[in-house]
Amino acid sequence: MKKIKTTAGFMGTSEQKEKLIAMIAEHKDIKGSIMPILQKAQEIYGYLPLEVQQIISDETGVSMSEIYGIVTFYSQFVLNPKGEIAISVCMGTACYVKGAKDILDRISANIGIKPGETSKDGRYSLDATRCIGACGLAPVFLVNEDVYGRIEKPEDVDDILKKYTES
Amino acid sequence: MSKIKIKINNREYEVAPNLTILEACREAAIDIPTLCYMKEINAIGSCRICLVEVKNARSMPAACVQPISEGMEIFTNTPAVQKSRKANLELILSDHNKDCLSCIRNQTCELQKMSADLGVSDENRFKGKMNEFELEDNHSSIVRDNSKCIRCRRCIAACAELQEISVIGAINRGFDTSVGCAFEAGLKDVPCIACGQCIVACPVGALYEKDETEAVFKALADPDIHVAVCAAPSIRVTLGECFGGKPGEFVEGKLAAVLKRLGFDGVYDMDFTADLTVMEEAKELVERLTKNGKLSDGKLSDEKIPDEKISDGPLPLITSCSPGWVKYCEHYFPEFIANLSTCKSPQQMFGAIYKTHFAKKLGLDPKNIFFVSVIPCTAKKFEATREGQSAVGDGIRDVDAAITTRELARMIKKYGINFDKLPDEKFDSLIETGTGAGVIFGTSGGVMEASLRTAAYLLGGHLLGGSSADKIDFEEVRGDEGIKKASYQIGDKTINVAVASGTANAKKLLNSIKSGETNVDFVEIMACPGGCVNGGGQPVQPIRVRNFENLWERRAESLYKDDQNKEIRKSHESPLIKAVYEEFLGEPGSPIAHQILHTHYAPRGKDIKV
Ligand code: SF4
Ligand code: SF4
Ligand code: SF4
Ligand code: FES
Ligand code: FES
Repeated sequence: MKKIKTTAGFMGTSEQKEKLIAMIAEHKDIKGSIMPILQKAQEIYGYLPLEVQQIISDETGVSMSEIYGIVTFYSQFVLNPKGEIAISVCMGTACYVKGAKDILDRISANIGIKPGETSKDGRYSLDATRCIGACGLAPVFLVNEDVYGRIEKPEDVDDILKKYTES
Repeated sequence: MSKIKIKINNREYEVAPNLTILEACREAAIDIPTLCYMKEINAIGSCRICLVEVKNARSMPAACVQPISEGMEIFTNTPAVQKSRKANLELILSDHNKDCLSCIRNQTCELQKMSADLGVSDENRFKGKMNEFELEDNHSSIVRDNSKCIRCRRCIAACAELQEISVIGAINRGFDTSVGCAFEAGLKDVPCIACGQCIVACPVGALYEKDETEAVFKALADPDIHVAVCAAPSIRVTLGECFGGKPGEFVEGKLAAVLKRLGFDGVYDMDFTADLTVMEEAKELVERLTKNGKLSDGKLSDEKIPDEKISDGPLPLITSCSPGWVKYCEHYFPEFIANLSTCKSPQQMFGAIYKTHFAKKLGLDPKNIFFVSVIPCTAKKFEATREGQSAVGDGIRDVDAAITTRELARMIKKYGINFDKLPDEKFDSLIETGTGAGVIFGTSGGVMEASLRTAAYLLGGHLLGGSSADKIDFEEVRGDEGIKKASYQIGDKTINVAVASGTANAKKLLNSIKSGETNVDFVEIMACPGGCVNGGGQPVQPIRVRNFENLWERRAESLYKDDQNKEIRKSHESPLIKAVYEEFLGEPGSPIAHQILHTHYAPRGKDIKV
């Protein structure tokens, strides 16, 4: 079973909460408004953790299981925030055959979270993505906006990551 | 409404215009197979097992959702229909863990039967990648095995639409879709009330009760343990269904006979503690009415209630014999906890008084008693483990194992007893069969009626004015409506009562009490629609029966009939009840009664724990 969990600690602010509640109040009497509410909630927080879904459930009366069902049905919704250092490893075919899986595993071991997760302190996030259109550079991974290609062996990622972790 | 003409398999029929193809065909004595469809609550047209051909239609419609129209020509069994149904079924089977031989629903499974009926020739035709799931069995009452789940969503509909609780739903999409709780939390970590309505809705072996039969067999095999059993009121009108009987068949005699043959040392009827509950609860009602100024003249017939013993809870008094309802109240309506009767349920009262009073009579050490209840309810498994359910103390539970009707049936089959051939026997005479009032506890409205019979007596004919202490039949609170209301006259005061079954109706009623729209003094609530006769631990009937027959009405009728035939129909007239108060409890609501037969509750919150 694909387990999806929010792994980052919740760090919502009271301003965000106020905004969320005001936004829900505006929408909740409109039929079928749960989709726009979830979209706007994600705009406010950047993702939809348990705490946020619980507020939406309490305010709208839509059950948690229904909300969670919608959130996991549509790929536009995410359960984890992007980390300050957001790493994504391309798993497209070209990258895959050139050892992307080993790179992913190396990074995962290095920063201590699994793909799809965000570290508890919100510093790192790790994703496995589809082809990012840089197949000529395969295997490829991204740290925030920076592209790293032609990684020869998995150990090479260590030095790259150091640049970010030590700053 | 004027009828319309349609053709089914080339024959003409005149039918009501607002039917679906499925309903119209049923009237024409044609059963169309269905899997996902549940009348009124799950018309999602997703399994596509109910496909039919309609002349001039572009594709095959799903009979469960497609309305009929004038002149429609329907074909239910063409080769094309058969081929499509079979293919759809084989697709479902391709991601199904088909270990029928060891499956809990072997021989009662709708998918299995359908595979036989539709003649599946290759269950591995679409074999491919399969989803992998862990068995989830850490809930007090319910086990989920998603490797058996066919994603028909009937459980989701039962929880969300029927009960309006909605703690389970569909997660993810496409091939990855599974059924579970938000954030993949375990059922024990969400505000599930353990009612088991999801179980009786499930066509396959994906949901079932937590089995306690092994523990019972083990105790039975131990010569040093005294194993006693009591059967709840509704079991006598449902157990027969597990052995091919019609819904509602009355099998009390066989029930007593079979429990004796299973080797229990004491075989009793829970009607006795239903009567005991009535005594305690009717007293509590009169006390609360007095305390809250409803009976300011204080004219009580036989006895005056000393001030210090007056129960100080508010009105309305709400019954507490349905543990699913109690859990619901604790999760969702904590503001009504003070209204709950402090009476333990009949199941718990039985274990409690057996391990105290009767243990003494029998010369037994309560430590060596293993007390089993046979119940219609999965929430009773949870109740048995609650704190505050130990009359003896020392961690000795009132009830050691609570087994559902289905589990008892499994024990009987394992033991090789031919149920049909059993003679009618009686429960053990130490604790004789209870009154008619006890019997009707098994149906929505029954606890109210039983309590009113005794409250009418306690109020010495004040109820309904004049000589109505003799009133026995409180028809007003019978029947299959979700919410029933009635008013009775006591002197110059009016006592208002209400009965709700199913938590969706309970929610409606409680909200209208909260808003002041409904003004009531005494309320009966049962978590399952129709009450115990339709409990989550009762025999599972196929969806064909559940969609088109009023199962619980059949079963309830049978209980009312038994009540009618009983010589004693009021709890307070039972010689056994009188004796127990004389020898042991003193009077209803006495300190010793409170210590043994009453309990307490606490809010549980609604949050999900992950
Ligand atoms: S759920 Fe039904 S078909 Fe599936 S293994 Fe169990 S009995 Fe067989
Ligand atoms: S036991 Fe009742 S509350 Fe719990 S999931 Fe099943 S239907 Fe819902
Ligand atoms: S658990 Fe049972 S009722 Fe629920 S979706 Fe699966 S097969 Fe259907
Ligand atoms: S496969 Fe990795 S960039 Fe295309
Ligand atoms: S689509 Fe009609 S029963 Fe499932």
